[in-house]
Amino acid sequence: MPKLTIDGQEVEVAPGTTVLQACEEVGVEIPRFCYHERLSIAGNCRMCLVDMERSPKPIASCAMPVGEGMVIHTNTERVKKAREGVMEFLLINHPLDCPICDQGGECDLQDQAMAFGRSGNRYHENKRAVEDKYMGPLVETAMTRCIHCQRCVRFTEEVGGVEDMGALWRGEHTEITTYLDKVIESELSGNVIDLCPVGALTSKPYSFTARSWELKKTESVDVMDAVGSNIRVDARGNAVMRILPRLHEDVNEEWISDTTRFAYDGLKLRRLDTPYVKKGKSLEEAAWGDAFAAIKKKLKDVKGSEIAAVIGDLADMESMVALKDLLGGLGSKRIECRQDGTALEAGVRASYIMNTGIAGIEEADFLLLVGTNPRFEAPLVNARIRKATRKNGLKVANIGSAEDLTYKVDEFGDDATLLKKVLGGRHELSKALKAAAKPMIIVGQGALRRADGAQVLKAAHDIAEKYCVKEGWNGFNVLHTAAARVGGLDLGLTAKGGIEAIKADAEAGKLKVVFLLGADEFDTSALKDTFVVYLGTHGDEGVKNADVILPGAAYTEKSGTYVNTEGRVQRTAKAVFAPGDAREDWTILRALADVLEVKLGYNNLGELRARLVKLAPLAATLDTLVPAEWADFGAEGDVAEGGFGPAIGNFYLTNPVLRASKIMAECVEIREGNAEEATGTHG
Amino acid sequence: MSTASETVAFAWTAENEAEAQRHIAKYPSGKQQSAVMPLLHLAQKQNNGHVTQEIMEFIADYLGMPAIRVMEVATFYTMYNHKPVGKHHVQVCTTTPCWLRGSDGIVSACKKRLGVEMGGTTADGMFTLSEVECAGACVNAPVVAIGDDYYEDLTPESMTALLDALAKGEDVKPGPQNGRQTSAPEGGATTLKDFIAKA
Ligand code: SF4
Ligand code: FES
Ligand code: FES
Repeated sequence: MPKLTIDGQEVEVAPGTTVLQACEEVGVEIPRFCYHERLSIAGNCRMCLVDMERSPKPIASCAMPVGEGMVIHTNTERVKKAREGVMEFLLINHPLDCPICDQGGECDLQDQAMAFGRSGNRYHENKRAVEDKYMGPLVETAMTRCIHCQRCVRFTEEVGGVEDMGALWRGEHTEITTYLDKVIESELSGNVIDLCPVGALTSKPYSFTARSWELKKTESVDVMDAVGSNIRVDARGNAVMRILPRLHEDVNEEWISDTTRFAYDGLKLRRLDTPYVKKGKSLEEAAWGDAFAAIKKKLKDVKGSEIAAVIGDLADMESMVALKDLLGGLGSKRIECRQDGTALEAGVRASYIMNTGIAGIEEADFLLLVGTNPRFEAPLVNARIRKATRKNGLKVANIGSAEDLTYKVDEFGDDATLLKKVLGGRHELSKALKAAAKPMIIVGQGALRRADGAQVLKAAHDIAEKYCVKEGWNGFNVLHTAAARVGGLDLGLTAKGGIEAIKADAEAGKLKVVFLLGADEFDTSALKDTFVVYLGTHGDEGVKNADVILPGAAYTEKSGTYVNTEGRVQRTAKAVFAPGDAREDWTILRALADVLEVKLGYNNLGELRARLVKLAPLAATLDTLVPAEWADFGAEGDVAEGGFGPAIGNFYLTNPVLRASKIMAECVEIREGNAEEATGTHG
Repeated sequence: MSTASETVAFAWTAENEAEAQRHIAKYPSGKQQSAVMPLLHLAQKQNNGHVTQEIMEFIADYLGMPAIRVMEVATFYTMYNHKPVGKHHVQVCTTTPCWLRGSDGIVSACKKRLGVEMGGTTADGMFTLSEVECAGACVNAPVVAIGDDYYEDLTPESMTALLDALAKGEDVKPGPQNGRQTSAPEGGATTLKDFIAKA
């Protein structure tokens, strides 16, 4: 381990550390623009210059590996002058239009110019101007402000895995652009906004709507997919103005997907902000009391066995518990959280979570994907896989339909019977799994949603048992797409026959009342003649056949517990209030219970959480991964020939919030347009 | 991505295909992308002096690399032209040594003879005039590069004569235009005279 001296302090750091990183370790701040710890080193901004003894000139600390006995100074007159010089050059062609720039107040250039630049300007000639570029509906550009750090280019190439951005021309004429001014074809494109150290790339939807210092920042968790990305919700008054990523090394690092970042306009559109009751053929606005009375009236001569509930993909565990208890009070246990009909069962936790963990992907050396497209189902899991393929040489194989996942995948075809062959031990994949030290398998919802999903699960279990479960390593993983699913399974909210049986019984008239807790992802037309109580946020699929609508709170409007696909328990926080008459879901259920004369046994969130922990003890383990015990699961039997369907439809439209969003609609239009154009000319 | 259907798709001539393969063979297998610069140059020549988006995409495909990376290279180096150029591309060096040795005069002689400004192409498509940075032959300044050849030790008069000859399609002699032998001293050798005399 090399030892070096930084400003008189001795430090010992790992070999291969750069001088800049060593400085950070001892708490010496080095200004920088192009350097980013998660991207390759470019060394092109020169802002990080420091003095090294015995070097005739200052060195770029971000690109200089430490050496034994190095003596670094960061506070000499020469370093000060060097920084001032670099800053002055950077500002020569920068428009200094901070008052009309969205980055103002949170701009690296602004901050560092204040901290390390000279005051005043010696440049009186004309500044250059650069034409703005088009990068799609999410990223706004003001390219005159660009300082050519190339973070955006490196991000899209290295993390995003799309070669869409580049720097054209040279020197003073350099321009950052997307190829032919096209949209960035990545599900992570919004991250370039955070990465851009100046105001060249900013958020298009957020453009000129707020200043960073007027926003109230709330740390929360995302629910657009089952990753549970850590986010910060920025609100002004009662409106969510934007959503930013929060650092969580084990989950989303510091990235978020475009749906996570830009879903927020969907929180304001098509919202249910008052209760509705069906009068004759149409739904009419109603007071809370009337809505509850209507439910009470209907339930009067309904037996417990005629009642069921379906949990939606965005539901928090607290509301699930309240609904479960309410149903229990009415004499029904029929509550189902798998609205997509996946074959997962509650009970053995290892059977439905990602046992390896997202960060665990970086330890693996072989990965078998089964019926999943992580690029769309969980962009951040995909980014992690890509990172592991680049950093550790992770090999990826796929059983399922071949898609561009942004890294090299060995395709073995889209046929479920391959699983049995792999289990046989003679298949090429068996050998690869056997040879690997830390092999993992990721099973997607597309694989488990087939009629023989339970058999597929069993086959995957057996493969995992044979090859992937070892001392200190569990390589069996299920990738979820719904934020609520693992929580629902932890609470044991599955009913015999699943969603199909509920639909069939409803159509046969055996079910009289169905509660939908934001359940919008299945075809509710089967519930046409059933009395449907919809508790949710948006006028989406679930309200189509509803008889009573109770307006609930979205994930930014309540503190709710969610469990991500790894089994990590996290909590959202209330950033704003639900619109109009809408209320937090569990409080609605609590009030309804009173009307229905059901005793729930809790009067506040604390008491409710105590009940939650009683039902699902793991809910108390906030943000920790508790290893799940390995056991048998799935169902013996043959696996039918044939491929796996996709787990989700359009990436931008997977839940009611996204479907309400205009920004997402624009993304769909543009990316679909491109896809058509591509097939039009190439095919 | 082909925008205009009337443009004929770019493809190597048989000769250039072989040449391209020769360039690729210089690099270890799997590193064929390193040949991007000579290939762009080759394609530019085949296409009468300039590269197009189609050519860049062709080369990207040919070398198995993203089109944007080819475009980055093709726009970074000034010797790739992105607009059609005349039959003779007259590139006048105006960097300090050439400037001290009278490149201003060369520039005005060219402008006058060709009737175009910097960057312009004559109406008959014969000449394109452009200004370049140091051509690397300062010892014989002022220097002008036309096509693949250098013309050195120019004066406004010899420059005009050169252009006249090219316009008429006559053969011209590259190198110093004042009788100097390569980059030897002007007016002949100054050292080792006896040695040369004896030899
Ligand atoms: S646009 Fe921003 S991130 Fe990209 S090179 Fe310019 S300054 Fe850097
Ligand atoms: S941060 Fe070191 S050169 Fe940019
Ligand atoms: S300055 Fe003209 S050739 Fe070098």
